[in-house]
This record gives sequence, C-alpha cells and structure tokens, in this order.
Amino acid sequence: MRRRRSRSGRQHAHPLAYPGLAVLAAFAVFPLVVLGFNSAKSSSELGSNPLGPPSDPSFGNLGDAWAAGAFATTLLNSALLAAATGLGVTVIASLTAYALTRMQTRGSKGLLFYILVCTAVPAQLFIVPLFFLWTDLALTNTLFGLIVIYWAVFSPFATLLLRSYLLTIPRDFDEAGRIEGASERQILTRIILPLARPGLLVVALTTALFAWNEFFFAFTFIQDEGLKPASTSFLAFRSEFATNWGLTSAGGLIMIAPPLLLFLVLQRRFIDGLTTGGLKA
Amino acid sequence: MFVGPFLAVNLLVIAGPSLATVFYSLTDWSGLGSPEWVGLENYEQLVTSPDFWAAATHNLIWTAIFVTLSIGLGLGGALLLSQVTRGAIGLRLLYFIPYTVASVVTASVWQNIYDPTRGIGKLLSDVGIPVLDGTAILGTDSTALPAVSVINVWAFWGFVLVVCLAALQGVERSLYEAARLEGATRWQQVRYVSIPGIRPVLVFIVVISVMFSVLVFDYVWITTRGGPAGATEVVGTLLYKEAFERFEAGYAAALGLSMTVVCAFVALFYLLLRRRGWEV
Repeated sequence: MRRRRSRSGRQHAHPLAYPGLAVLAAFAVFPLVVLGFNSAKSSSELGSNPLGPPSDPSFGNLGDAWAAGAFATTLLNSALLAAATGLGVTVIASLTAYALTRMQTRGSKGLLFYILVCTAVPAQLFIVPLFFLWTDLALTNTLFGLIVIYWAVFSPFATLLLRSYLLTIPRDFDEAGRIEGASERQILTRIILPLARPGLLVVALTTALFAWNEFFFAFTFIQDEGLKPASTSFLAFRSEFATNWGLTSAGGLIMIAPPLLLFLVLQRRFIDGLTTGGLKA
Repeated sequence: MFVGPFLAVNLLVIAGPSLATVFYSLTDWSGLGSPEWVGLENYEQLVTSPDFWAAATHNLIWTAIFVTLSIGLGLGGALLLSQVTRGAIGLRLLYFIPYTVASVVTASVWQNIYDPTRGIGKLLSDVGIPVLDGTAILGTDSTALPAVSVINVWAFWGFVLVVCLAALQGVERSLYEAARLEGATRWQQVRYVSIPGIRPVLVFIVVISVMFSVLVFDYVWITTRGGPAGATEVVGTLLYKEAFERFEAGYAAALGLSMTVVCAFVALFYLLLRRRGWEV
C-alpha cells in the first residue's frame, strides 16, 4: 500500500475521496456507536434519547446484563467451541494440506477438487438428515456434537488456505529431511509446520471467530440453556428484554468484546485469513 | 493416513447427509420412523406451492438489493480508499469491523435502529425529515424485506471493500500512467483500467453474493422469522419451518436440494465463464 504511494507522478486523490470515505465510515460505525452509547444509558434516558450519546454514562447495565444473560456460562461455552474448533480445524487442515502438497499420491487431484466443491456446499443440503442423524447418535445438545460439525464445515476452507501457504515453502526443506531419513510425520511436525506457523495462526484465529459468531448450527443443535453459546443465548436474552435497550445493548457489547479486542490486536492476520481464505475457493 | 481425519468428519457431517438428502427428498419422511417412498411428490408439491414461489421471489428481491448495495458500497469504497494515503490502513480496519460482529448482535442493534418510536424514523423527523416517523420498518410488509437485507449489507460490504482494495493494489501502475498520457479522465481510468483489472475478483464476489442471497437464513430468522405475514419469508426460513416445526423432513430435503441446485448453476455459470477464457 505504502510503496505505491511514494512513487512520483502520482495522481492526486479526488476532492470527494475523503468526504466519501467519511460517509462510509459513519455508516460502518453508526450501529456500533449506538450499541456502545445505549449500553451506558439508564432506562429513563433511553426513552427520551434512544440513539444519541448518554448524558450521564453508567456501566451498571454491564453487570446487570452479565447476570441476566448468564454470560458467565454462555461465554465459557462459546470459548470452548471457539478453541476446540480453531485447534481441531487447524490440525485436520494441516494434515490434509500436507498430503495435498507434499505427497503426490493417486487421487490427490480428485481430493483437491472435492474440497473445492465442499467449500461451496450449503448447509441446507445436509442439515435435515444431519439433525436426525445427530439425534440418533445422541449428539444433539452436546458441545462435542456441535464441534464435530464445525470441524467438518470449516476444514475445507481452512485446508485450501493452508495449502496455499504450504505451496510457498520450498521443497528443498523437506527433501533435506527426507535425505536425513525423516519419516513423513517428522517432516510435517519438525519442518513444515514450524515454517507454516503464520498460516496456522491465521487459520486458527479465523475459524475460532467463525465458531464464536456462528448461529445456524448452534441454534439448530443446542436447545439446553446450560450449553447454549453466547450467540444463540443472546437471541433469547434479547427477546426476553426486548424493550430494555440498555440491558440488551450491554449484553451485545459483552458478546462482541472478546473477539473484537483480539481482532484489533491481530487485525492483519484476521484480515488475511478472512479475505484470502474466501478468495481461494 | 494424513487425510483420514478430514475424510472422517466430512463423510459423517457433509457427504453422508448430503446424499441422504437426495434419498429423503423422494420420501414422506417426518424425521422419525421409517420413510415411505413417494417419488417426485415433494417436488410436485414444491413447484405448485404458492408459499415456495413467494419465498423464492423474496430471495430474488433480496439478491437484487444485497448484491447491488454490497458491491456498490464495497467497490466504491475501495476505489476511493485506493486513492488516499493518510489514514488508509485505519479506515480499512474500520470498514472491516462490521464483518467480524456476531449476526445476533448486529441484528439486535439494527432492530433498535428500525424501532418505530425510538429509532431512525424519530431521529430523521427530529431533524425535519418525517418520512419514517412511527413506521414499524420491520413490521410493515413493504419495508421489512429491504430493511433486513440492509442489515446483511452492513455486515458484508466491508469484506467486499477489503477484497477489492487488495485486488486494486495489484493493478499495474503503468496502465494508469499510460491512460493518463492518452488523456483519460479519472472516471475513464476507473472504467477502462481499474474495473477490467480486478474483473476476476469482482465476478467472484458477485457469484458468492448471489449464493449467499439464495441461502440467506440468519438475519431473517433473527429479526422477523419470515414475518410480518410472510413478507420476509425466504426459502431458507421456509425449509427450517418445514423440517423442524412442521416435521415435513422429506419436503424440507427437497427444498434443500433445490436451493443447492440453484447454487450449483450459479457456480457452473462461473466455471463456464472461466473456461471461455474470460479470465475470471
């Protein structure tokens, strides 16, 4: 981005560039600002001032929402889902991507095509039989059952993303290992994975965020209040306190705060994962 | 086996149940007990069902709004952002944040914004534009569907922007310089250099946006559940109700397979364009 700008002979920005960008920025942040403002307002102020800044900011709503929305439980469930998904998908995808890029066996072209197809398969194609299969296997209303679904659903995209990372690692590294007599597993764990660490981090973060925010599968497969993640439990919380905007806004803020903070700290990696990952498909 | 774990979860969750959908769509399965073969009855019911066609029409309207606005804002923003230096990285981050917010929270904020007495309508009338004052935007037939799709646009356009921006930065600078030497205006540079330069990415984004519109579920379900009076019912929410509220699992499977076929045609069209040397 920077390098291009520094060259000479560059055209000046259009006079309306910054005003246009400011309007877009307002559109992007307005709902989030409303969320933040309303979380700091009392019920009485919300009646007279529903969208503006709070006149007397208070943070009591956060504590009330924490208790009323059972966030201690639901955030823990979300964190478990996110961590197990991020970790599991990274393991599954790195094994598969390694096989695709380093072990040219029969069928690896076919497998690559199959994975491509899987990234485009909609949940609607398999949700109905999957739900009744999960019921038969007693996997509904378990976090493990939902985690397995996330592994399956996110691993095709993660595999393609990691494959493109592994392709950038020169084969000389694993050839050297092979000459030394290392097994495929040693080459993967001692040589390739340490070199692919940035890619692994991107995959883990991205899929963890997807799992944290995921609604459709969580809503379908988890009904038990004690097992609901924040996303689906927030929906019930929000309809229970529909008119209490201060409380629901504070709840929303609690739910988005952990990934948002992580995102702001690691934004480069997130943006890489979320955009290039989508494009490789 | 290195691909063992991948294949195991994939077969269990995606491949197996997907194939089962093909079978169940030809039965009267309720989700429990044994399914009875009914041939193409579910598909006959589907093509003659006014509910299905109403929902499919809503998907079509959704597609028009969602694709146009997401790409208009995303591409427009990327073109503007690619011209400026100061603050560019911060702005890119800012535009991208909505994409990372959970759909339930996004929907909740927008429900407040759309509120008839406390939302944007009141704000507008306070500044002298009383067009929406007192309108229940999500509760009125004519406004509900566009309003929900705007929520999805808000969540998605930043993604489009970031992807377009990355593509724009890959366009050869010498092409712009050549165009300027030929006396091309700024608009002509966009039209004849930028857009053709990022055409593969643009086509890809159109394709995935159309697919998302065919499959849309989250925002509709969270905000309106298909209401008021079916005004926002899309095929995705219809499928959900048939499968898990009316226990018409066979019919729901037929709906799911139909949605997939539509997406497959969109994907095939994309592959065909690539084959024809369109370099997309």
